[in-house]
Amino acid sequence: MSTPNPSITFLHEAEDLLVQIEEIILEIHSQDAPSEPVNQLFRAFHTIKGSGAMFGFDAVAEFTHHVESVLDKVREGEIPFSDELSELVLASKDQIKKLLDVSQGGDPVEPGSSERIIAALSEFSKGSAGAPPPVAAASAHRSPAPASGHQQFSIRFKPNPEMMAFGTNPVSLLNELRGLGECTVSANHQDVPTLADIVRDRCYLSWDIQLFTTAGINAIRDVFIFAEDGSQIDIEAVGAPEPASADSSANISAVPKGQEKTLTPAKAEPAAKDSSSSKKASSNNSLVRVPSDKLDRLVTLVGELVMNQSRLSQVASRVDLADVTAPVEEIERLVSELRDNVLGIRMTPIGMAFNRLKRLVHDLSGELGKQIDLITEGAETELDKTVLDQIGDPLVHLIRNSVDHGIESADDRELHGKQRRGRIRLAAAHVGSHVVITIEDDGRGLDPDKIRAKAISKNLIAPDAQLSEKEIFNLIFLPGFSTAAQVTSVSGRGVGMDVVKRQIDSLRGTVSLASQLGGGTTTTLTLPLTLAIIDGLLVEIGSDQFIVPMALVTENVELHKADRARNNSRNAVAVRGDLIPYVRLRSLFQVSEGEPDIEKIVIAQQGEQRVGLVVDRVLGSHQTVIQSIGRFYREVEIVSGATIMGDGRVALILDVAGLVHSVRHGAAHGTHAANQHSPEETARR
Amino acid sequence: MGKLIMTADDSASMREMISFTLKNGGYDVIEAEDGRDALSKISGTEAHMLITDLNMPNMDGIELIRKVRALPQYKYIPIIMLTTESQDEKKMAGKAAGASGWIVKPFRSEQLLTIAKKFLN
Repeated sequence: MSTPNPSITFLHEAEDLLVQIEEIILEIHSQDAPSEPVNQLFRAFHTIKGSGAMFGFDAVAEFTHHVESVLDKVREGEIPFSDELSELVLASKDQIKKLLDVSQGGDPVEPGSSERIIAALSEFSKGSAGAPPPVAAASAHRSPAPASGHQQFSIRFKPNPEMMAFGTNPVSLLNELRGLGECTVSANHQDVPTLADIVRDRCYLSWDIQLFTTAGINAIRDVFIFAEDGSQIDIEAVGAPEPASADSSANISAVPKGQEKTLTPAKAEPAAKDSSSSKKASSNNSLVRVPSDKLDRLVTLVGELVMNQSRLSQVASRVDLADVTAPVEEIERLVSELRDNVLGIRMTPIGMAFNRLKRLVHDLSGELGKQIDLITEGAETELDKTVLDQIGDPLVHLIRNSVDHGIESADDRELHGKQRRGRIRLAAAHVGSHVVITIEDDGRGLDPDKIRAKAISKNLIAPDAQLSEKEIFNLIFLPGFSTAAQVTSVSGRGVGMDVVKRQIDSLRGTVSLASQLGGGTTTTLTLPLTLAIIDGLLVEIGSDQFIVPMALVTENVELHKADRARNNSRNAVAVRGDLIPYVRLRSLFQVSEGEPDIEKIVIAQQGEQRVGLVVDRVLGSHQTVIQSIGRFYREVEIVSGATIMGDGRVALILDVAGLVHSVRHGAAHGTHAANQHSPEETARR
Repeated sequence: MGKLIMTADDSASMREMISFTLKNGGYDVIEAEDGRDALSKISGTEAHMLITDLNMPNMDGIELIRKVRALPQYKYIPIIMLTTESQDEKKMAGKAAGASGWIVKPFRSEQLLTIAKKFLN
C-alpha cells in the first residue's frame, strides 16, 4: 500500500468517466442547449486526455484530444450537439475503451478505426467553417519545436518592478530560458538605487540575454507570459535560422487553433456506426472487477491466517484455559468461514471451458466428415480458476479422442444400428469436495483384446498377465501407449493419455475409463475444488511430519511389528479380504530413529488403486495451506508441496500417485523398497 | 519544515501523483476535488502554495485562483495552474486571475518538484 500507482488509479478513473460519458450522452440526446451536460462531457474527456498523457497512455490522450476539441466548440456554441455528433462521441467513447483495453494487454484495435473517427470528428470541427477563427490572431500557436536548426535570440527583459510581489521570481524565468538552450545573461544594475532608497520586494534589475536555441520564439514568449504585465520584453531573432527553418518573429500570428491537429484528409466517411451495439456491453453493474493477482494475494493472506490460527489452536489446547479456548474456537470458526468465502470468490463456472469445446467438436467433426452433437450439462458448476485454467488441455485431448477414435462415421453407425449422428455428453457436477467431469461418447468403445495385444507388443505387460477389463483400459494411461491404428491429424501423435493423466494427477485429481465395446466410452475426471488449501491428514515419521491429502484417505489400520516380520518382503496387508500393498515411508525417507512397535497404515485411494502408507503416528486432520516448493524440488515426484505448521515447522505434502509410481520405478531397478511386484501390479495404472 | 501545498484536481490519478510527489519532496499536501472544495479547504488553513487544475466541476481553476487571491492571507502565495497544452488564452486568463506560473501536462514528477522548490525555497 505504500507506493500509490496513479496509472492504476487512472484506469479506474477512466472507466468511471466512460460510464459517465455514456450516461450523459444518452440523456442529452437532442436537447437544444445542453450547456451543463456538454461541459460535463468536455471535462470528462479532458480529464481522460490530461491524466492519460500524464501516465503514459499516449494513444488514449492523442485520440481523446480530437473529441475534446470538437466538444470545446460545442461548448462555445460554434457547432450544435446534433444526433450525429452524439453518435460519434459515443463511438469515440467506445474507441477510448478499446484503446485502454489495449494498454492492459487486450486485443489491438482495428487498424484505421481511430483514424476514421478522428476524420469524422474533424469534419464536425469544420462544420463551424463560417465562424471566425475562435482565437484571436495574437494568440501564438505553439508549434512543435522545429526539428533542428539553432537560432540566436537577443532578449531584453526589464521586469515590472512589482512582479516579485506577485510570487514571480525573475531568476526562475532566467533559469527557464537556460533550459531552452545555450544562454548568456548579463544584468543591468544601473537602476538600482542607493540602499536607503531601496523598497523591499521591488525589482530594480533588468537583463540582456543571448539565447542560442532550437526552440521557437513562442517558447521564449511562453517563459515570459506571466511577467508581461508592466514588463518590457524585447525578443529579437539574430541572423538567419540554420537549415531547418526555425520560427522567427514573422510567423507568430499563427494558425487558428482548431486546425492544429487535423492531419487527416478532409474526405472522411461518417463515423463508425457500430457503436450502439456495444452500449449494453458494460451493464454489469452488480459486478466488481478485481485483478486476479489481488485475489491471489487475498488467498495467500487467508492461508497465512489459517496457519496462524492452527498455531493458536495448538497453544490454546496446551494451555487449556476456558477463557482462551472459547474465543479461539470462535476464531477457528470464523477463519474457516472466511477461507470458504475467499476461495469462493475464485470459483469460476466451468461453462467457459465448455464453450471452447463446442467449437472444437464443430470444427473437428466437419474436418473428419462425422456428424456429432456435443451435449453439455452442469456448465454452471464452479471450480477454482487455477484448476479451471489447467484442465483446458486435458479436456481438449479427451474430446478429440472421442471425436477421432470414439465416434464412428455415419455409415458405420448406421451399419451397427446406431443413429447416424454421434453424441458426446460432457457433464460436470459437484461431488463432495470434488468436481466430477464426465465425457461420454456413444462410439465404438474400447476393445480390451486390442489394447492387451498392443500392451504386450510394446512390452508394457507380460504376455501371460492376468488383468481385469478395467486394468486393461488403464493401460492406455501408460506412457508411450497409443491406440489409434494410424496417427491422424486430430488426435495427438504419441502424446497420449499419459499426458492427460499426468496433468490431472498434478492437480491432485484422478482420471478413469469405462467402456463397452460397440457401446461407447466414458472418461471420468475427478478434480479437487481448489488447489490453495486442502484438508490434510497429518502423520509423523520419527520427528518429521507429513501431510496426506485427506480426500484420498479411506481408512487407517495398524501394523504390528510382528505382523510385518511375518509377511516380510511382501509388503502387503489384508484389509477386510483385500490385499493392499503398502509403502514404508520410514524406509523411503530414510528415517531410522525411534521405530514404534505398532505402526499405522494410512490407506489411500488413488484412482482405482488402493495403497497403504506406513507411518509412525497419525496425528489428525489438518487445514493445509499448500505452499509450492522451490523449482529444484519440482522433479521430486513423491512430494507435491509443503505447508508450514502451527509451530513453524515444515511438513511435506505427499503426492500419493507420484509416491506409488516412484516406489514401482525404484523396485523395477532394484533400488527401492525391497519387494517384488507381481506382473499384475506392475501393469496396473 | 513541511510547507503546506494545496492541490486541486478533479482527476483522482492526478491528485494521487501530485500528492505523492510533493509528499516525497517533504511537503505537506491537502487535496481538493474541485474549485469549491479547494476554496473551502484553503480558507480554513494556511497553505504556502496552490497547484490547481483549470477544468474542474463546480468551480473552475480560473475562478478558484481569483477567489484565493482575493483572500488577504493568500495575496502573495505562489499559485501554479496545470494546463493540458499551452493554451495561451487560458494562461492569460489564469494570469489575469492571479496565477504565478503554470505547468503543462503531461509533466514528470521531477518537474513538479523542481517547480515547487523554485517557488517555495
